[in-house]
Amino acid sequence: MSAPTGTLAEGHRPAQKKKKSAVAGTLYRGNEGMWSWVLHRITGVAIFFFLLVHILDTALIRVTPEAYNAVIGTYQNPIMGIGEVGLVGAIVFHAFNGLRIILVDYWSKGTAYQKYLFYVVIGLWVVTMLAFAPRHLINVFSH
Amino acid sequence: MSTPTVEASVPAAAEEHRSFTVTLIIRRFDPEVDDEPRWQDFDVQMYPTDRILDALHQIKWDQDGSLTFRRSCAHGICGSDAMRINGRNRLACKTLIKDLDISKPIYVEAIKGLPLEKDLIVDMEPFFASYRDVQPFLIANSQPGAGKERVQTIADRERFDDTTKCILCAACTSSCPVFWTDGQYFGPAAIVNAHRFIFDSRDEASSVRLDILNDKEGVWRCRTTFNCSEACPRGIQVTKAIAEVKQAIVRGKV
Repeated sequence: MSAPTGTLAEGHRPAQKKKKSAVAGTLYRGNEGMWSWVLHRITGVAIFFFLLVHILDTALIRVTPEAYNAVIGTYQNPIMGIGEVGLVGAIVFHAFNGLRIILVDYWSKGTAYQKYLFYVVIGLWVVTMLAFAPRHLINVFSH
Repeated sequence: MSTPTVEASVPAAAEEHRSFTVTLIIRRFDPEVDDEPRWQDFDVQMYPTDRILDALHQIKWDQDGSLTFRRSCAHGICGSDAMRINGRNRLACKTLIKDLDISKPIYVEAIKGLPLEKDLIVDMEPFFASYRDVQPFLIANSQPGAGKERVQTIADRERFDDTTKCILCAACTSSCPVFWTDGQYFGPAAIVNAHRFIFDSRDEASSVRLDILNDKEGVWRCRTTFNCSEACPRGIQVTKAIAEVKQAIVRGKV
């Protein structure tokens, strides 16, 4: 990776690199593959933070059952209920898209059908959420 | 062809060949003047059959001679003029005006992920360094057969035909979100050119190349976003080639 030597511009280069990242160009217009990857990343990070909190609050049972009940009790409100819809939505997408990525990597025709597989993932996500969200929201708002 | 057909097609052809004004917004950067890149507008008269490269020529020759870009053959073979046109990596010499929405300005900027040198020119050295690292040449220690040639069946040649088409324009590598943030990643183009020899029955160093690519910065960085396959001006199924290299590493054989 040796840079061409003796060029005038060489001295400027490190500074330029920093400045270049400051002014980004247009957003790259990727297709289904890129956006499924972006969504996979976002949902993955979101699920990670949920699990972090989830492990901490579940660990409270080792402190005292009362402390555990007190913390879990604060989750019983509509805002957290709606948040749970988002959580399940993120997990369902991440799970189905994870299966899609496994097919793309291990199925010899996976790369050829990746776009269709993405719409299958979206379809399965919609079906799952249609089954889950109404039932869940009725529970949240009727108690 | 009969005469009426010819007559009928003439007005249609004339309609087709009327020129119109196209606005290009180009991301300029002059390292001697600018601290940061800036966008600049240009209006050019273009025919639908003209290419973005023709628009860039018209600007450079008639409007602003300081506009800097690479081009060599201008026919989609040399791979010099890969750039981001309306947010997608394309060869300027293969992108026709009629295939773009000219009711809106056309955004043209340098490819992403490589150090910007000037206007539409980036430093290609990191890209070529990755290319060299995969040893993109035939390695054979055995003597060729009696006929002095290394004979190959049609099926064996077909196996890697797709990846022989690469022109090293960097459209794929600089479309890869992983490469943008991790410049150490070999990138799609290097893997494509490794694939071309890994699956060549005459080559004897497949295991060496698979070893090189079985690196933290090798094929496993690929997150199958398919930007590379979509960007390739030669229509190479890049992500498929990368997936085949992954498979070869997992199975330990080609």
